[in-house]
Amino acid sequence: MSYFSDIFEGIKTLLTGMSVTGKYFLNSRKGTITQQYPDNRETLKMFDRFRGEVIMPHDEENRHRCTGCQKCEIACPNGTIEIIWDRGIDEDTGKKKKKIDQFVYHLSMCTMCGLCIDVCPTDAIEWGQNFENSVYDRTALTRVLNKPGSKLMPGVED
Amino acid sequence: MEETIVETNFKSEEYFINMGPQHPATHGVLRLLLTIDGEIIKKVEPDLGYIHRSIEKMCERDSYQQIVHLTDRMDYLSSNINNEAVCLAVENALQLEVPDRVKVIRTIIGELTRISSHCLWWGVMGMDVGALTTYFYGFRDREMINDIFEETCGARLTMNYNVPGGLMFDIHPNFIKRVKDFIVHFKTKIPEYDRLLTGNVIFHKRTKGVGVLTKEDAISFGASGPVGRASGYSCDVRKHRPYSALDKVTFNEAIKTDGDTFARYEVRIQEMWESLSIIEQLIDNIPEGEYRVATNAVIKLPKGEFYQRVETARGELGVYIISTGTKNPYRLKFRSPGFSNLSLLNHIAVGGKIGDLVATMATLDLVIPDIDR
Repeated sequence: MSYFSDIFEGIKTLLTGMSVTGKYFLNSRKGTITQQYPDNRETLKMFDRFRGEVIMPHDEENRHRCTGCQKCEIACPNGTIEIIWDRGIDEDTGKKKKKIDQFVYHLSMCTMCGLCIDVCPTDAIEWGQNFENSVYDRTALTRVLNKPGSKLMPGVED
Repeated sequence: MEETIVETNFKSEEYFINMGPQHPATHGVLRLLLTIDGEIIKKVEPDLGYIHRSIEKMCERDSYQQIVHLTDRMDYLSSNINNEAVCLAVENALQLEVPDRVKVIRTIIGELTRISSHCLWWGVMGMDVGALTTYFYGFRDREMINDIFEETCGARLTMNYNVPGGLMFDIHPNFIKRVKDFIVHFKTKIPEYDRLLTGNVIFHKRTKGVGVLTKEDAISFGASGPVGRASGYSCDVRKHRPYSALDKVTFNEAIKTDGDTFARYEVRIQEMWESLSIIEQLIDNIPEGEYRVATNAVIKLPKGEFYQRVETARGELGVYIISTGTKNPYRLKFRSPGFSNLSLLNHIAVGGKIGDLVATMATLDLVIPDIDR
């Protein structure tokens, strides 16, 4: 007898399970979580704190906030950030002052841990929202974050 | 005459096959060396090392702030709990008292991580025994948790939200609302999981009485987490050694006594309910205050040995730091739950079929980077 009861039990539980999937089949539009990427690229908005890549914002006069203190370079666990610096003449005081020549960022090595942005005393670097990083040549992932000819914003001290 | 033909052509013989390192049921690069007779398993020997990154050695090179992000890459499904373990160990060594707000937020995010991990496990468990549907249902609910994480700390999986001394930044203003939405949503989904898979007769036949682990063996093999608790071994670190805000909440330790694959399944489903209840108790009373205590830029632990245990989604994670008073640890050892749980695979799989081995491995919930480190 257990043979037949097993069959009925099997069919019953199968139908119970299928009632769940059937419910979603009939209401397939409700509660959809899939995104039609890349068709929605125009409207896709990442969260504010999304960790895409490290960027250095510049103002309209091509000035950044990086003083070249190298705290981010020390905080980085795997050498993603390399700061090439030299000493320039401060226009106000006429003294020699440290300034960045190139802020080199190796995106291919970055683990997005956020320690560099956490330690930056002048908020010179922050997270960018871009996450589409595929390139044909990996050297394109090594970036210089300060724009050519950019200068330090006046009044920024570390 | 007939007998000789059968003997020469169909003689019973043990032979050896590889399962993995690219087998989908091993969930990563685990290679199992199986000695089988027909379909009966005679011996299972795990071969590790395919994803070894020497995290423990890298920890000796890094500062204490930098170690935290490496632990994301061990058990990536409970990354926040791993981070918490290292931070707690460092804070205990420094005798640093973190604010209550930090403790509560760490506990909430830790429990969310546990639910997220169990959701993924539930989906994959169904897939391993042949029901692909569960995979999508598990991932649907996990997506909500990942969105909460992404909004609060910017990353979905490798979060690195904890720092020694607190949290990297405060929770997002939407955090509480989103978590409450999730609780309401998920309370209707666990019964759905039960209807879909838990009550299914085929699933019962695949899991009941398969891979039985006794309580004595669970203790002697060092099993922890849901694997140990399904054998009746009360081993929840959250209960026995409460850390963060877990001493302020009441919850039941999910324990079953059968010790088979189905018991391990039930324990994890029960744990999702318990985690939800912990979050519910804490989400309305997150204390105001600082989210971070300032530490020195260069953290130097006092000379000595420090140990911290936490309960990850897989079991007990231990962080053992030996410090000589410098800015790097002299030695840092992780006691990972996956490694001990894998060690008992040979014990419980021998005598079963290959199909049962897959079901057994699914409930051990192996994460290979956690085992290899």
